[in-house]
Amino acid sequence: METDFPLYLIPLLPLAGAAINLLVGKRISRGGVAAIACTSVAMAAVLGWKAAWLLFQSEPSAILTARFFDGDWIHATESHGIGSLHIQAGLLLDRLSAVMVLVITTVGFLIHLYSTAYMEEDKNFNRYFGYLNLFTGAMLILVLGDSLPVTFVGWEGVGLCSYLLIGFWFDKEANAYAGRKAFIVNRVGDFGFLLGMFLIFSATSTLSYRDLASQQSVVALHHVWFAKASIATVAGLLLFVGATGKSAQLPLYVWLPDAMAGPTPVSALIHAATMVTAGVYMIARLHFLFEIDPFVLAVIASVGALTALFAATIGITQKPIKKILAYSTVSQLGFMFIGVGTKAYDAGVFHLVTHAFFKAGLFLGAGSIMHALSGEEDVTKMGGLRAKMPITRWTFLVYCLAIAGIFPFAGFFSKDAILAGAWSFDVAEMPEWPHWLGHAIYFVGLSAAFMTAFYMFRAYFLVFHGEFRGDHHTWDHAHESPPAMTLPLVVLAIGSAALGFLGMPEAFHKDWNLFEQWLVPANFAPMVGEEHASTEWALMAVATVVAGAGIFLAYRLYYRGISPTAVAIKDALPRLYKVVFNKYWVDEIYDSSVVRPLRSLAFVLWKGVDALFIDLILVRGSAFVVDLVGRGVRYLQSGDVQRYMAAVLLGTAAIIAVSANWVACTGAPFDVEQHGADVTVRAHGMPSGPAARPLEFSFDFGDGTPPVKQSTPTVRHHYDVHGRRRLTVNVLDPRWDIRSSDSRTVVIP
Amino acid sequence: MSLLGAITLLPLGVALVLLAIPREEESLHRGIGLATTLLVFVLSLFLLPGLEPTQWNSVVDWAWVPSLGIHFKLAVDGISVFLVILTAFLTPIALLSSWSAVSKRVREFVITMLVLETGMLGAFAAVDLFVFYVFWEVMLIPMYFLIGIWGGDRRLYASIKFVLYTMVGSLLMLVAILYLYVKHHEVAQTWSFDYDDLRRLILSPHEQLACFIAFAAAFCIKVPLFPLHTWLPDAHVEAPTAGSVILAGVLLKFGTYGLLRFAMPLFPQAVELCAPVIAVLAVIGIIYGSLVAWVQTDVKKLIAYSSVAHLGMVVLGLMAWNGRGIDGAMLIMLAHGVSTGGLFLAIGVLYERRHTRRMDEFGGIASQMPGFAGVFLVIMLASVGLPGLAGFPGEFLTLLGSFDSYRTWRAAGVPAMFGAGSHPKLLTAFAATGVILSAVYLLWMFQKVMFGPNANPKNHGLRDLSVREWAVFAPILVGAFWLGLFPGTFLDRIDPAVTATIQQFHQKYAEAPESGVTPRLMGAARTTATGSTVGAVNGARLQPAGMAGGAQ
Repeated sequence: METDFPLYLIPLLPLAGAAINLLVGKRISRGGVAAIACTSVAMAAVLGWKAAWLLFQSEPSAILTARFFDGDWIHATESHGIGSLHIQAGLLLDRLSAVMVLVITTVGFLIHLYSTAYMEEDKNFNRYFGYLNLFTGAMLILVLGDSLPVTFVGWEGVGLCSYLLIGFWFDKEANAYAGRKAFIVNRVGDFGFLLGMFLIFSATSTLSYRDLASQQSVVALHHVWFAKASIATVAGLLLFVGATGKSAQLPLYVWLPDAMAGPTPVSALIHAATMVTAGVYMIARLHFLFEIDPFVLAVIASVGALTALFAATIGITQKPIKKILAYSTVSQLGFMFIGVGTKAYDAGVFHLVTHAFFKAGLFLGAGSIMHALSGEEDVTKMGGLRAKMPITRWTFLVYCLAIAGIFPFAGFFSKDAILAGAWSFDVAEMPEWPHWLGHAIYFVGLSAAFMTAFYMFRAYFLVFHGEFRGDHHTWDHAHESPPAMTLPLVVLAIGSAALGFLGMPEAFHKDWNLFEQWLVPANFAPMVGEEHASTEWALMAVATVVAGAGIFLAYRLYYRGISPTAVAIKDALPRLYKVVFNKYWVDEIYDSSVVRPLRSLAFVLWKGVDALFIDLILVRGSAFVVDLVGRGVRYLQSGDVQRYMAAVLLGTAAIIAVSANWVACTGAPFDVEQHGADVTVRAHGMPSGPAARPLEFSFDFGDGTPPVKQSTPTVRHHYDVHGRRRLTVNVLDPRWDIRSSDSRTVVIP
Repeated sequence: MSLLGAITLLPLGVALVLLAIPREEESLHRGIGLATTLLVFVLSLFLLPGLEPTQWNSVVDWAWVPSLGIHFKLAVDGISVFLVILTAFLTPIALLSSWSAVSKRVREFVITMLVLETGMLGAFAAVDLFVFYVFWEVMLIPMYFLIGIWGGDRRLYASIKFVLYTMVGSLLMLVAILYLYVKHHEVAQTWSFDYDDLRRLILSPHEQLACFIAFAAAFCIKVPLFPLHTWLPDAHVEAPTAGSVILAGVLLKFGTYGLLRFAMPLFPQAVELCAPVIAVLAVIGIIYGSLVAWVQTDVKKLIAYSSVAHLGMVVLGLMAWNGRGIDGAMLIMLAHGVSTGGLFLAIGVLYERRHTRRMDEFGGIASQMPGFAGVFLVIMLASVGLPGLAGFPGEFLTLLGSFDSYRTWRAAGVPAMFGAGSHPKLLTAFAATGVILSAVYLLWMFQKVMFGPNANPKNHGLRDLSVREWAVFAPILVGAFWLGLFPGTFLDRIDPAVTATIQQFHQKYAEAPESGVTPRLMGAARTTATGSTVGAVNGARLQPAGMAGGAQ
């Protein structure tokens, strides 16, 4: 679509806000800082909606493009063997990125607004909003980038902001540590992302999404690399490593629970609604690449399912409300990966959208609760707050119903779409995977959904029902939050309640899935193998029953505080509880299996290799030898002419001897295969493949026959004699005139 | 005299003038020194308009010792011009940073810095190998004094180690230069040290190997390449801040610049044999340097080891010897000059206030010095290679280039390079762990120094950056952002020069020494036994092999 829509302003506005607040924010009043931060995001949101409107009016495949500046951002000419590199600072808005832009700017704006009240007291108000704006800008670059490197700029940029905001209160060592951990674990993922990019570029000579989607590139990506793996297989897995880092999936999820050290609105924006969904977005964006080898899709779906279940089990046992929500986020992200991994891309992205609303709401609600209780996080020390905080309570209930998947709240539709996609996941093209993979993923997801309903309502009942379990001082102080905080809660609750109707299942009506109609025709091939309406109804019924069971269980165990039954269950399974409560000790395992060994290795390298071996033995040692030789040869300076003459003669003789017999022995290893008196000799270790140059081989079998001279490394020989024979191989490299030889003994029976 | 000649010789001339001014006039010395170096920087920017990246620009050519064919010849192309500018950029910053840190022998200090600047500019601009060698040695002496006079407690040990290490390499290089000089005379019947003349000389494989090793030894020590790096941490720890900035920012680049300009183009057949080995050492250096940096307690030593890792990345890019690899290597050289120079400046700021560089003495400085914290953060992130800041474009291009080096070499008809036994893709994967490790050690250091509670009472009351210190850091920050956001400014000039260098290399490689008499000059008419001209046969190998489908 040819318009000169200023797409570049969408990320630039928040970035400009960040620059102002970080550079001169100290000199501006708090109101000014907040106004700049909120306005810049609001303006980006307005532009985003306008751009989406433009797309809405055009045909599905319409896109908007823009560039930050003309010319290449990075380029390099190649004269041999491979295409030149051109990366532009380009942006691309299609229907997929439009969805992301709307979520980021809309939810982002609400969280900015909420923060103005939540962070009111903080002395680094300007720094906070600077970082928050910087994050919004980077996240918008991530989703708007028209090529992998531009996306990568945003990808690392959001990681940076996450680092800065987790460690926002850096005076506490633990917060700084959590920030650093997040950055480094993300970098482990980025390592995969980078290598994936290299591999894709190596095969296709392009990194721009539109060129990659072209027929020519997809053919190149199909190229088989080794065994049955194609370029796309390896590149897809590498990119997925990047996604597991950013989107907190097994095995790289460990940073997200710790990330709760940051201010709560940050957790809502970055660690629930937007940044952590980047991996899901990236896979949806590059779905054509991941589809080339269904093996990769199956890996993604399986990892997502396992993560969903794994994190949900931990969520059941946690006490701090933000930790419950953090593990819940890891689990819900797992659901999104089930969606994109089973080719139900629209379902995965739809869940991303609904999750952004209800999980951001849950975090903001948690923030509101902590705000009221002077920072108390432990749900076992709360209770009965429904009397004090009606707005927070009712909105929180809406979010809980949404995440549990109760009709007609948003989570019901999106989770149902994902589970339906998993149920009908077609594994026919994947002989490596069992045919029941889709059903297995479905049941794992269903179990996770049950646990989700349980732990969310456990938290809800413990916080808002029963008696207050903290000290009365805190209780007296508890209050509903100011309007700047409750307004976003209400808006998000409306979204959580109503958004689901955008993605109504086909079973309701063939044409009511507006979300699918928006995304699928333009971005994804239509789903094949849709389930019958009856199956779909059945799946929905099962999901509802399971969620209801979870809620009912939570009601029985926690409605009036922590029931004796709940304690009894915990006490009946002490070991299991301990393992889960301690999060399976994954952090400890990483620490003792990766971090500590590496640090010890580093110490050994420093003290052993650097200080001892290189510096002491080699450097000082050579100085010592020079010194010693100097002292030694001093005695040669005897002034005796006869000795000098003798030395000259010896030297001359030595020179002649050496130059006549100059042989550089580098060895010529070879294999011998023996069958009785027949031997096959195969020289190896020679340059092979394209590096080969003609070598001259000479084989001496040690049995009196003349040596065999040839230019191939393999020879057969039949011995007519018996006993031990010395077999010698000589190799001559004519270019370098390097001769080498090796020999060994063979026993002829 | 051309602009380049003026830029190069101006600091030396002013240094001579300073000798005439009484030593008591300390601020006058400082002022003149700063004004001169600033002027040099401004003038150096005028090299850019109208620059022909693939030609020699702003040529100075004076007959120096005509009977020996020695010309005082200076010129820049798209590769060296930015290194000249980098030098001119960092010298005034280094001078300004030591405004209050250096209080003894101020006149000598300023003179040393000025002589050093002439040495560095001359060595980057020299296109006559004799002149190059002279400047190469000229800059050694002021650096020796910088460490030896204004350095820390173990300054004598460090300075002697620095000089001895460098001398070993440079003597080997001198022998190789003289060898080339004699061989060239044998063929051409004229005496010349001119780079363009010597570049056309084709030696036998054995001679190439010996000469390459001699050149590479000098340059790899300077880089420094693992395992030749142990002089660097000592030199950095003992050097004053200004010395560290120049050492890391400029001097190390002579190693990589020398490889790119001299060692590799002069001896293509030897490169074929040695490049895989050097590339492996470079990757070892990346991982090794990062790991050792991680366990340091002295911040300066940590950054010194990080230089080993960063420069390892540069060498890896050079050994890939394709457009991306070398472009990337050049960008990292510039970025490293800015970011590591900046890191040393930041440590200098802390050292000046606290007279210690031990990490455990610090903590919580960010709340005490918020302005400094912001500056330090940006520089640290540039060094980590965050996209949008200086380090990223170079690292990205380098790794991308090294990833595909096998294919580009094969297409150019150089089969052995990165061939059997060494897997460039695997090697790149190992090198890319540097992306993780750089975050590990730099964030570790940043947390220890800047975050956490401000518990040490000695750190209470540290003042934030002064106006002078802001003036020191402002250009560094501009550089860090510029290199990250608009690397095209540099690539537009670097890339054509690099492409030309690569093409000349392959042209020379194609005139293979085993198919004719050596020594001889490139392009000299000759025939093979079969009667066909070798040039035609080998010319076919220069054709790109086309897209090979993405796999080896």
